[in-house]
Amino acid sequence: MNFPLVTLLGRMTISLLTEIGAVTSFAWTAIRQGMRPPWYSRQVLRQMLEIGYYSLPVVGLTAIFTGMVLALQSYTGFARFSAESAIPNVVVVSLTRELGPVLAGLMVAGRVGAAMAAEIGTMRVTDQIDALTTLSTDPFRYLVAPRLIAGVVTLPLLVLVADSIGILGGYLVGVYKLDFNDAAYLRNTIEFLQTMDVVSGLVKAAVFGFLITLMGCYHGYISRGGAEGVGKATTNAVVSASILILTFNYFITEAFFSR
Amino acid sequence: MAASKISLRGVAKSFGPKKVLQGIDLDVARGESLVVIGGSGSGKSVLLKCILGLIQPDAGSIRIDGEETVDLSDRGRARVMRKFGMLFQQGALFDSLKVWENVAFGPIQSDGMDPAQAREVALAKLGAVGLGPDIAELRPSELSGGMQKRVSLARAIAREPEIIFFDEPTTGLDPIMSDVINDLIVKCVRELGATAISITHDMASARKIGDRITMIYDGRLIWQGPVAEIDRSGNEHVDQFINGRADGPIRMQVRKL
Ligand SMILES: Nc1ncnc2c1ncn2[C@@H]1O[C@H](COP(=O)(O)OP(=O)(O)O)[C@@H](O)[C@H]1O
Ligand SMILES: [Mg+2]
Repeated sequence: MNFPLVTLLGRMTISLLTEIGAVTSFAWTAIRQGMRPPWYSRQVLRQMLEIGYYSLPVVGLTAIFTGMVLALQSYTGFARFSAESAIPNVVVVSLTRELGPVLAGLMVAGRVGAAMAAEIGTMRVTDQIDALTTLSTDPFRYLVAPRLIAGVVTLPLLVLVADSIGILGGYLVGVYKLDFNDAAYLRNTIEFLQTMDVVSGLVKAAVFGFLITLMGCYHGYISRGGAEGVGKATTNAVVSASILILTFNYFITEAFFSR
Repeated sequence: MAASKISLRGVAKSFGPKKVLQGIDLDVARGESLVVIGGSGSGKSVLLKCILGLIQPDAGSIRIDGEETVDLSDRGRARVMRKFGMLFQQGALFDSLKVWENVAFGPIQSDGMDPAQAREVALAKLGAVGLGPDIAELRPSELSGGMQKRVSLARAIAREPEIIFFDEPTTGLDPIMSDVINDLIVKCVRELGATAISITHDMASARKIGDRITMIYDGRLIWQGPVAEIDRSGNEHVDQFINGRADGPIRMQVRKL
């Protein structure tokens, strides 16, 4: 007897588990090597600039429109129950807990994850990574660890900025379009905001920063076969980082807020 | 003969079902210049990468100065790597760095040399391969193929290695530039007193660079001998290769149209 569907599922499970194993061992090597000197602090700074500073426009635009649309949508919903005063609260909680980190994460995955996979992938297929090794420089220490560190440090900062800009977007729509009293809007925003909302969002951001840079480095590092291989690495880096962001987002939320 | 600088026994490597190296035995004496010839895809680059530890062989022993280097620890590998310089087939220059930073990379990042001093070293090495200080500030992508090869050569010799590998140093260059590179290789190897392995399918280059030649075919070294004897090797495969004939024991997989 023959069950093609079962065989297919079995194969997919095995290849998924193999991949998870390979990624974990890659991450572990990077962390272990990154702990030991020499530390390439200039590489870390360069990557922080690349991930943080140059992502500001994209993340800022995403955040302001998200904050604006949140205020508008919650108004259309809440006005039916005369619960308009909850709008500032809805905006600030959704932004800090969920939308700030997730949207910033997805935007950075598209921008930085792809570029990282392309850069490291090109270095791989043109033997530059082997050249590093022959010059007694460990590629995990020189290329991978600085990117991971920069991702973990920079994404929370980026999310803080995104949160602030998003709240500003909500405020603008609230005050100038929905005719809220500006002092009341701000008071409601601040009163309902809890430390845990912001902290959970920043923890998410750090985890997403790790996942994005890990996927960029991993897929670049293992790429083979010229330009085509690098192209595949780029796609894989973005897709896998996006899926991981959404998956980890659920579990971190559960760890923080379900009790 | 003195103890071998590099000594391989039974080195084998497969990628999946593809057997690339099937038992390589090779000795290179201190200060000797060996040339490896063989067709494209015959595993010449894989052989060098195995010796460098960039590829882990499936079986066999690789000794450098008598020390076994297969399964070496990270730290041991770094110490042995310090003895090597490598000129990669495609140059492998770091395209995010300037020319002088490429050449100074080993001295600065690995040997902790102060950047100002390393820059002087880099300029001197660039001078040794016939490149002026004006190109030191350029990016590798702004250079011609021949200049990139020379920068790679400067980078390979910057730390004054005991062993240098050249992977197809003249492929893709015009005959005059090829000869310039050959002369530079001979000069650099001689000045450093280094042991060298060069890969090539350019026979003019092989005759110029090598003291000894070996041919790789079907994953094995099928002939070795002094350069002077290559024309009377008595080996049909070698004869076919050095004369560049399509007919002979080596058959290319070409289907009839
Ligand atoms: N990392 C690798 N993974 C899979 N196959 C490889 C790898 N490196 C080399 N090969 C294969 O090994 C064979 C020999 O390659 P190589 O040593 O580069 O040939 P050449 O003699 O032209 O330098 C080729 O068929 C190549 O496809
Ligand atoms: Mg090759």
